[in-house]
Amino acid sequence: MKAKVYVTLKPSVLDPQGKAIQHSVELLGFEKIEDVRQGKFFEIALDANLSETDARDAAENIAKNVLANPVIEDYKVEIVS
Amino acid sequence: MKFGVIVFPGSNCDHDAYHVVSKHVGQPVDFIWHKQTDLSDYDAVIVPGGFSYGDYLRAGALAKFSPVMNAVKDFAARGNYVFGVCNGFQILCEAGLLPGALMRNSNLHFICQHVNIRVENGAMPYTSELEAGEVLSIPIAHAEGNYFCDDQTLAELENNNQIIFRYCDENGEIVDRANPNGSRSNIAGISNKEGNVLGMMPHPERACEELLGSNDGRDIFRSLTKAIAEK
Repeated sequence: MKAKVYVTLKPSVLDPQGKAIQHSVELLGFEKIEDVRQGKFFEIALDANLSETDARDAAENIAKNVLANPVIEDYKVEIVS
Repeated sequence: MKFGVIVFPGSNCDHDAYHVVSKHVGQPVDFIWHKQTDLSDYDAVIVPGGFSYGDYLRAGALAKFSPVMNAVKDFAARGNYVFGVCNGFQILCEAGLLPGALMRNSNLHFICQHVNIRVENGAMPYTSELEAGEVLSIPIAHAEGNYFCDDQTLAELENNNQIIFRYCDENGEIVDRANPNGSRSNIAGISNKEGNVLGMMPHPERACEELLGSNDGRDIFRSLTKAIAEK
């Protein structure tokens, strides 16, 4: 069983790296790009015998306490069996 | 009186802090390896700059799980002095000892230069030897020094006089062009509500000798020493 965790900056937080990426992408000739936001992606392998609920609880806990800083970031957890 | 300087894997300003305390403050000081959990010998603990855990995940994010950090939290909760500089400030924010977070500099560069900071609160344990409004020249060296907090936290910091230093120009004016990293409200250093925990991005331990371009950092360490002596 795997947990996929996406960590993104809160919408209210400026993302200068995303802006720099957007600028580079535009230099490549891609147009009509309105915004780029950078985030982080984590894949956590969990014990196959865990129930989906327990796996989700564990991953939520890890995301909240370690992977994301709740002052500036949001997170989303997906469980894949 | 005894100071401790915490050493994480990747700390690199620990020796500077040790040097300043032993040579310029003239007080006993120990290095404290991050696995130590007893701080009862100390009156103040410095969380130094550097790249603890290689800045993996986020600057300071992994150091908060080091065994010493629970001891630092207890130490601070008992009213003892905890002083975080640069990576130390990042760690104290990550550990919840100070509000807010330090993000990537708005211009994305690692910035290493002397900056001017204005003393906003000259009547707390780390600034008693300074005057409010005084301008100090202290170097910064960071890529993640862009202080962020929400509006409510900012209002609380202001109302409680917890903003201790702000980036300013040479005349002490708080202006955008003097803000090196995009920090909210030009914040360079804040304290907790009680005033015993201070975090700042500029490095006062690198500004204690004329030879290094400035000795403006000394009065911060002198203030702290006085506060410990009077406690």
